[in-house]
Amino acid sequence: MAAIEAAALGYPSTSPTRGSGPIHRRRRRLTLFRVIVFVVMGTFFLVPILAMFEFTTRGTGLGAARTLTAWRQIFDYPDLIDAIVVSLELAAITSIAGLLLLVPTMIWVRLRLPRLTRVIEFLCLLPLTVPAIVLVVGLAPVYAWVTYFFGSSTLTLAFAYVVLVLPYTYRVLDSGLSAIDVRTLAEAARSLGAGWGTVMWRIIAPNMRSALLNAALLSVALVLGEFTIASLLSFQNLQVAINFLGRANAGVSISVALASLFFAFVLLLALSFVGRRRPAPVQEEE
Amino acid sequence: MTQPLTDIADGTSREHGVEVRLEDLRRVYGNVTALDGLTLTLAPGELVTLLGPSGCGKTSALRLVAGLEEADGGRIVVGGQEVTNLPANKRGMGMVFQAYSLFPHMTARQNVAFGLRLRGVRDADRKRRAGDMLELVGLGAQADRFAHQMSGGQQQRVALARALAIEPQVLLLDEPLSALDAKVRAQLRDEIRRIQLKVGTTTLFVTHDQEEALAIADRVGVMRAGRLEQLASPNDVYARPATAFVAEFVGLSNRIPATVTDGVAEVLGMRLPLVDPATPSGDAMAIVRPEAFSLVGYSEADTTADPLVGFVIATAFLGAVSRVTVKLESATVLAQLPTSEARAYPAGTRVRLNLRTDPVLVSPLTTVGAKG
Repeated sequence: MAAIEAAALGYPSTSPTRGSGPIHRRRRRLTLFRVIVFVVMGTFFLVPILAMFEFTTRGTGLGAARTLTAWRQIFDYPDLIDAIVVSLELAAITSIAGLLLLVPTMIWVRLRLPRLTRVIEFLCLLPLTVPAIVLVVGLAPVYAWVTYFFGSSTLTLAFAYVVLVLPYTYRVLDSGLSAIDVRTLAEAARSLGAGWGTVMWRIIAPNMRSALLNAALLSVALVLGEFTIASLLSFQNLQVAINFLGRANAGVSISVALASLFFAFVLLLALSFVGRRRPAPVQEEE
Repeated sequence: MTQPLTDIADGTSREHGVEVRLEDLRRVYGNVTALDGLTLTLAPGELVTLLGPSGCGKTSALRLVAGLEEADGGRIVVGGQEVTNLPANKRGMGMVFQAYSLFPHMTARQNVAFGLRLRGVRDADRKRRAGDMLELVGLGAQADRFAHQMSGGQQQRVALARALAIEPQVLLLDEPLSALDAKVRAQLRDEIRRIQLKVGTTTLFVTHDQEEALAIADRVGVMRAGRLEQLASPNDVYARPATAFVAEFVGLSNRIPATVTDGVAEVLGMRLPLVDPATPSGDAMAIVRPEAFSLVGYSEADTTADPLVGFVIATAFLGAVSRVTVKLESATVLAQLPTSEARAYPAGTRVRLNLRTDPVLVSPLTTVGAKG
């Protein structure tokens, strides 16, 4: 009776009975809300993916059995394989070049030139405000020179992609650097005899491993999904190849698109495991 | 490298400290002068603390010695060699920072071995030395722990071991205890002194904690506005402060109206010798330590006007000692007594102060009262 009265008044129940009372009801409602959100969002993301997979396994003709022909045919299109390889190479080059450019710059600015922080931030975030189509208009004459100096390889797209990924890479690295006491670590290492190179690559970089991996993954995801710049500059990367192939063989085109999605998922999953690897803290008495 | 580090772990004392000279050191940040011609010499193996309020330039001085900042003027000479323009990684100085500075991705042993690795010490020697240094700071059993698995005190011990592992010419300690709680701070303070005496490294210790500075140092340098006000033994800094600022900054002091005539100060009706006999005559403030006073009960029958008679208005219990605030006719003063004595004088008790006839320092006339 007391429990009912307490519940009616909105107070936590003192009754030993589990699962009753406003707190438990609130908890159950919260759990239900979470499940609903999870199911709705999961459906939102999963249904198109399942639909894509369903589409790629359709046989030809009405009532035809399921088949993995479209998946097997991926390897029958040498242009597609080349595009996949070149996109993976571009993803690797862009990630590495982006990190090589930004990591030392950001550490140096943080340690030695903090007054330039805002300038660097502005420059790095600028590509975010420029639509890809406008970027291409600006890049077209530049690429005439790029082609002149470096040839017409699709890999030269990496120059444009490094610019494209700057805002994302910058943000991730900036939060990674903010999470550690860069100045003190650098000064401690310097006092022990470390040069600037050692400070950056052996002290600071290992302590922002998660940020580095996140930045690399974002670059990979962005490059694998990039279409506009490559298409307008007349280079053939994965998305351009998928687009072409979509007109001739939609099944293979969707298979490749799905495969690239899975590749990004696997990378994300791997990242979540790598970033989490750390021994548990131990409470120690003095 | 001088001697194998195993000697330290075995408890064998050794001397490899060098003389450190700061000559007319200057450092300016925009409009602020952090160091205004600081001149200081540390004898080989000596531990000097730089003590002063925030912004007095003590940390700037330490960072200039470490090479983490560049001097705008002056020279730094270590072991007879000028290092003023040498980069930090070429100076061979060990430093312990105020913030926890262990490399988070390395174990305690790897942290300690890092400097040795940079010096090309072979793997086996490196491991042995790192182990020895961790033993020295009492953390041999925690060698494989990461920073986040250690307490603050342990982290600072490892940082000390790391700084000492490279056999630095000079050990620089930048408020290494300020982030620790009082008990650990006192323990680690004593431990730092024990280790410093054992290894004999010339040490510059920066702190704003006067108790820490007085407890650990061979000499204390009290700084103010980028300059040294006094550099002397802890006892002299406390008992014979060179300036009113030192007297007021180090320890607790009473500022009591006084009259200076012919090299003698008249304080609360008593004639006291002056620390500086050349003090000009006139009205001034005498700076008197609370322990210079003692109390006696005052009988109601005594009716003579005595400037040393007053009422107890408060008593602060500090453990072994207590501080009694006494309101006199002309001033309010703090007296420090053993707690057993102070118990006899609860608030409201009429008392008479006795003042020791030690030489007294006077400063220009300002406010009246006690200052911490």
